This record gives sequence, structure tokens and C-alpha cells, in this order.
Amino acid sequence: MNVPRHWRETPERYRMEAVKCRKCGKISFPARLICPECKNKVFDKINLSGKGKLLTYTIIRTAPEGFEDVAPYAVGIVEMEEGVRVMGQITDCDLLSLKTGDKLISKFRRMNEEGKTGLIMYSYKFVPDIGI
Amino acid sequence: MKEIAVIGIGITKFGELWEKSLRDIAVESAMNCLDDSGIDRIDSINIGCMSSGLFNGQEHLASMIADYLGRLDIPSTRVESACVSGGLAVRNACLEIAAGVSDYALAIGVEKMTDVSMGNATYALATAADQDYEAFHGITFPGLYAMLARAHMERYGTTREQMAQVSVKNHYNGSMNPNAQFPFKITQDTVLNSTMIADPLRLMDCSPVTDGAAAVLLTTVEKAKKLNKHPLVVITGIGSATDTIALSHRKELTELKAVKTSAAKALQMAGKTINDIDFAEVHDCFTIAEILVLESMGIVGPGKGGPATVDGYTALDGKFPVNPSGGLKSKGHPVGATGVAQIFEVVNQLRGNSEKRQIPEVKTGLAQNMGGSGGSSICHILEVK
Repeated sequence: MNVPRHWRETPERYRMEAVKCRKCGKISFPARLICPECKNKVFDKINLSGKGKLLTYTIIRTAPEGFEDVAPYAVGIVEMEEGVRVMGQITDCDLLSLKTGDKLISKFRRMNEEGKTGLIMYSYKFVPDIGI
Repeated sequence: MKEIAVIGIGITKFGELWEKSLRDIAVESAMNCLDDSGIDRIDSINIGCMSSGLFNGQEHLASMIADYLGRLDIPSTRVESACVSGGLAVRNACLEIAAGVSDYALAIGVEKMTDVSMGNATYALATAADQDYEAFHGITFPGLYAMLARAHMERYGTTREQMAQVSVKNHYNGSMNPNAQFPFKITQDTVLNSTMIADPLRLMDCSPVTDGAAAVLLTTVEKAKKLNKHPLVVITGIGSATDTIALSHRKELTELKAVKTSAAKALQMAGKTINDIDFAEVHDCFTIAEILVLESMGIVGPGKGGPATVDGYTALDGKFPVNPSGGLKSKGHPVGATGVAQIFEVVNQLRGNSEKRQIPEVKTGLAQNMGGSGGSSICHILEVK
């Protein structure tokens, strides 16, 4: 992976920047050029709060290339309090006691390292929201 | 659309074919198909292949496969829509005939997956997901279907045992399929004690990494009627639909909308309802996928896929046999070949040539093939006339 491929996603990965349709109010993450709900093309940028609840998840035991060293790890779909759903890793918790409905909050974390370029990729991951 | 006849079918052995290359298996399936048809004419080729670039470092199959088939002067096209690439090749070949551009259109599906390590194969398959917003976070295909499985289990009470029975049924059917990668029976315990891949899915819930190819030759019904080699099998309905590529963007996690829409469209074109269908080959890339497909197509009601499997409703001798070939689980899943291999099985059943796994007196069959986590789906309805 080259460097631009990662940095062009940094608004989403570093700040959870989403777009809100100016016509119907639907929030899209990542940003889109056409609203999937009403087909409008005008949006406002918003930052997601990072808070949400776990809808479904899995624990990856057989990992793809680049993730072999961190398995097992949990990946889930989180419904953010703004209503939009985001896929991400869930960390800093006992994987086996995760359950759907758990309250989670996003944190800025190191995701991966690309060997050839030395590029270190950061992104959001979710952790249990214990109110601190 | 006018009806299209399937006059030839060909397949290779599915499995780890160490002695054979991508081009070898693609050409072998096409040769078997032409032999079966008794016709030695092709006006166009459509090749379904998901990722020869990542599996073999080889793109430009349009040229390579036409070249090694010895047909250098006809249109050749490679199509891709992840695991529905094969179904898409068949659909495009149908359109060639319907448009009157080709009289004899060949569709080939091929994937040679064992030329790379398991990590690289897992990576290649994960490119069917949203690369920047799903695969980036380390999700795999078993992982995506595991999330669907968990949602289904929590909403409908679907159990691990019910899912295991999909695998047990498909292995039973596949034990009678000489082309299958794993032609042997298994028990529920085999599934429940196999290695955990992505909770709650275990190894024996997952279709394997497979090399294989299949091909079909299509023509107009008028031309097919002049041939007397096989019973006349006709494609009477085709439905194709898509859904969001990312699982997180689906409103529903317990049904596959593209499957529902593609099946409804195919049934409408054929002038039929699901109750008019005698049997189906469906995309059981994971055990939960077969359950989701049964429900999304309306073969059973929402939440009833697991219990129906346990009750034998979808067994070879059940009311609605599903995956007589052994499905992707037992027969193997060379991704680009699967959609064409499903048509092979449906035609073979309709001709009455499926030997030990033949379903008696079948007249109408359905093939359902999908890509990714249900981001694309194509259904074909076939009838013997």
C-alpha cells in the first residue's frame, strides 16, 4: 500500500468525519457524493461522537495477511449514536465476554504497519465505554 | 427476454489440482462442454473469474483462454463480480444470444486458488469486501458471515447444531458427486469440533479453497430443437441485483436483499413462483449463507432455515432439495467457477443424468450465485421441455 492510499482516508480514520445530507439528514460514513436515501448531492461535514453500541461481532482466529500476528481479535458492526453503522475492531476488553448491545467508544489506535514503505497506519478502534 | 437453450455442459474435477494450471482447467472444462454438446462452433466467450491477478498474477484471460482454446478470431470477455463472476458469465452469454450477436455463446467459470499461500488466498478473497472500510480493519469472509450468523442466532434462535446440519446435508449429497473436492459424509460432531475460524463459524462451516472450472454452451431454442443429443433444457428466467458492498451499510443483517430481489426477478421472468421450483443449487459459501438464502428467496419463512434443514425439508429426498451437488461446502468453491458449476448441476439433474444423487422427476431448477457478503446475486431458472 502506498502512502496516499492511506492519507486520503485520514479524515475518516483519524477524526471519524462523516457527511450529513442537507436534504434528508441521512448520515453517511465514509462520505459519498450521492445520498443513498434521497439521491441529493449536497452534504455538510460532521464528526461522529465515537459513541455507539455493538450490533454484531466476530472473533477472527484465522487472520488475513498483515493481521496474523494480532489474531485473535474482535471485529464488529457498531451503531453510532448518530444512527450510522461503522465496522471496526474492538479492543481493550475480554474478547470472550463481549456481547451485542455493549456500549462502545472509538479510540485512536495504531492499526497496521506496511513493511516496504514503513508506513504506520492509524485508525479508530472501539473499546468498552465505561464513562471515562 | 427470449428463452435460451443450454446445449452443452462441462466441468473439471474440483480440488487441489497441483498438476494443472489456470489455463489447463479453463480449457479442459470448455473441451468437456463442447464434447457434451456435439457442436464445434463458438461465436463468443465469456469468462467468469474473480481474481486471477491475485491468485495467479495473471490478468487478460480474454486473450489467454481464447488462445489456448484455439479460437483467436471471436469476441472474448472476462467478467468479474467476486464469487458471482461465474453466474455473470452465464448471464452475459445469454445476452449474447438474446441480442442476436452470437448463435453459440460459451460461458466459462474458472478459479485456480492454490497457487498462493492460505494467508494470500484469504487476502485475495477479502478484496470482495470494502477494502478501505472493512478489510482494512482485518475482517475476513468467514468473519463477515460470522457476524451475519450471530445476528441470525440472536434474532431467531438459530443454533450451532442447525447450521452444522447444512454442512452434514451437503457433504452427504457431495459424497455421491465424483467431481467434488470432499466427496465424503461427515457428522454434526465433525462440524462442532472443527477448528474455530471466526466465532461462531468453524472450519467445517466454511467452503474450501479450490481449483476448478466449469463451462456451458448456449444457443437459441430454435437451433437447440434441431439437436437430438440431450433433453432440451432452457433458461426461462434470469434475475440480477446488488446490495451495499459493506455489511455495516445494510439495514437488515438477517436477510440478503440482493438474493431476494434477484430471485423475485428471475421468477417473474419465468412466470413462476418459488413453489413451482423443484430444487435449487444455492450459494452455501458458509452454512449460515444457505440458511439466509433459503429465507431470502422464500423457500422457507424468516427464521425457519435452520429448523427446515434439521427436518430434512432441503435434503435430497426432501420436499425442496437444495444443493444436490454437495454445494460449495463439499463440492468445493473455486470462486469464479461456482456460478457455472451450479448451472452444470441443474442441467445434469434436469437431463436425469445425476446418477446416485439424481432427484426423481425434476422439471424446473433454480441456480442462485452470490458475491461478497451478498453485495451481488444472480439467479437462473432452468426448465426441461
